[in-house]
Amino acid sequence: MSNDYNFAYLDEQTKRMIRRGLLKSIAIPGYQVPFASREMPMPYGWGTGGVQVTSACLVPEDKIKVIDQGADDTTNAVSIRQFFEKTAKVETTTHTEKASLIQTRHRIPEHDLDENQILVYQVPIPEPLRFLEPRESETRKMHALTEYGLMHVKLYEDIAHHGHIATSYAYPVKVEGRYVMDPSPIPKFDNPKMSMCPALQLFGAGREQRLYAIPPYCEVISLDFEDHPFTRLKANAECELCSANNSYLDEVIIDDEGNRMFVCSDTHYCEARQADGHRGKRNRLDQEGYDATHI
Amino acid sequence: MQPIFEATGISKSYGHILGCSNINLSLYSGEVMGIVGESGSGKSTLLNCLSAQIMPDQGEVIFRSPSRGEVDILKLSEAEQRYLARTEWAYVHQNPRDGLRMSVSAGGNVGERLMNIGNRHYGNIRTKAEDWMSRVELDTSRIDHRPSTFSGGMQQRLQIARNLVTEPRLIFMDEPTGGLDVSVQARLLDLLRSLVQELSLSVIIVTHDLAVIRMLADRMVVMKNGNVVEAGLADQVLDDPQHPYTQLLVSSILQV
Repeated sequence: MSNDYNFAYLDEQTKRMIRRGLLKSIAIPGYQVPFASREMPMPYGWGTGGVQVTSACLVPEDKIKVIDQGADDTTNAVSIRQFFEKTAKVETTTHTEKASLIQTRHRIPEHDLDENQILVYQVPIPEPLRFLEPRESETRKMHALTEYGLMHVKLYEDIAHHGHIATSYAYPVKVEGRYVMDPSPIPKFDNPKMSMCPALQLFGAGREQRLYAIPPYCEVISLDFEDHPFTRLKANAECELCSANNSYLDEVIIDDEGNRMFVCSDTHYCEARQADGHRGKRNRLDQEGYDATHI
Repeated sequence: MQPIFEATGISKSYGHILGCSNINLSLYSGEVMGIVGESGSGKSTLLNCLSAQIMPDQGEVIFRSPSRGEVDILKLSEAEQRYLARTEWAYVHQNPRDGLRMSVSAGGNVGERLMNIGNRHYGNIRTKAEDWMSRVELDTSRIDHRPSTFSGGMQQRLQIARNLVTEPRLIFMDEPTGGLDVSVQARLLDLLRSLVQELSLSVIIVTHDLAVIRMLADRMVVMKNGNVVEAGLADQVLDDPQHPYTQLLVSSILQV
């Protein structure tokens, strides 16, 4: 069957425009670069920004992995993977370490990334100051003049109302001591992984038409107060399938009685551990031959 | 003694329409200057020019800052203007909704300027916010309530606390008592007068209410059609107005 799509769906001029924006965003870590986002054959909020960035970065030799909240097998991940299989005919994989480009929605893989990888984030709202300052003209000025006191007002409100910094995702960070950036809605558990990461991290917001980036080995600091320092947040449990106690966990309701279990949100990490013989408590209880990945 | 604030030859027009023309005024440390005039007389234009919120067509504004010495406000970069505006200056809006963040708690509102200038200790910020709330006679148990749950007078006092927390030297006020009922106005004026004396603040206050001038101001200027028609000591101008327009203003005060 012939492929009627241009390689990776977008036309070459559009990809060039996006690459130009990406180069600028890499040159100024954390700075939001406007770009002429295109209509994509998927609704806004499903990763149109990330898909455009992936499309602009893709080469035929790439091997791509798509995750949605850490999982390779959810609707968003499957459909975007199929999209690139169809339009770019690139190889896809679920293995973090084998992928050369990983598009992600709201997670950073547990497995360490390396210098040959690109991590592409899907971003709903790129402006970290947005909910406190609705005017775009004003937030741009605040970025330009490094006026970031307002970001701490948000954290102050958290402590005043909850006794601790209750923001648990989209936790604001400062990149290379200059721009304050929204890391997209990743859990704050993942925030430290962004700092000094060997992989290139690119962020695309389709509806908001913004690109930004963290080049490899950049310092990324999560904002906090001296007397309320940043803490990673993770359920106080271990994965019930692979017994990992250092990975980010999802709480899954498993029946109508309200029983629940904790499992790794990163499905590939969990499966790889189980293949290595690690067993969680729910896995041990079941009889032999039980395929835990089908829960 | 040199004035802390000196404006010379301030002119601003909007196309053919005159905002204010060739205004000179100076303000000494600890002094309260009132600007009065009817609606459309150019008071707000002048105040916005003086506080560098709009650029006048002509003129210069000198501020003698305790930390930076003599600076020409209008020649500063925008970054420096904004820094000055949230450290050594303050601006109290007529409508507290313009000066407050209505979706942020009272404590966060007061603490914002502290965080803006780099304060990163939650406990200290909160203690200071409580301190300032009590100084403007707000109930500190409401520190975590949003200003939208406050009455108009409380909102205005909160706005004042929010502005004074960084201990500015110079405060611009645009009709701070407008829209408040008389008993609340009286309490607010009382508060302002004691704060001005206690902290030896310099204030430029724009109002159409001569009672406010009588109570707060040391000196005043009267504006009409973009020009200053009379200037002098507040009591002197109010008791013995020379210009026909001032005479009209003074005689229009309602006597109860």
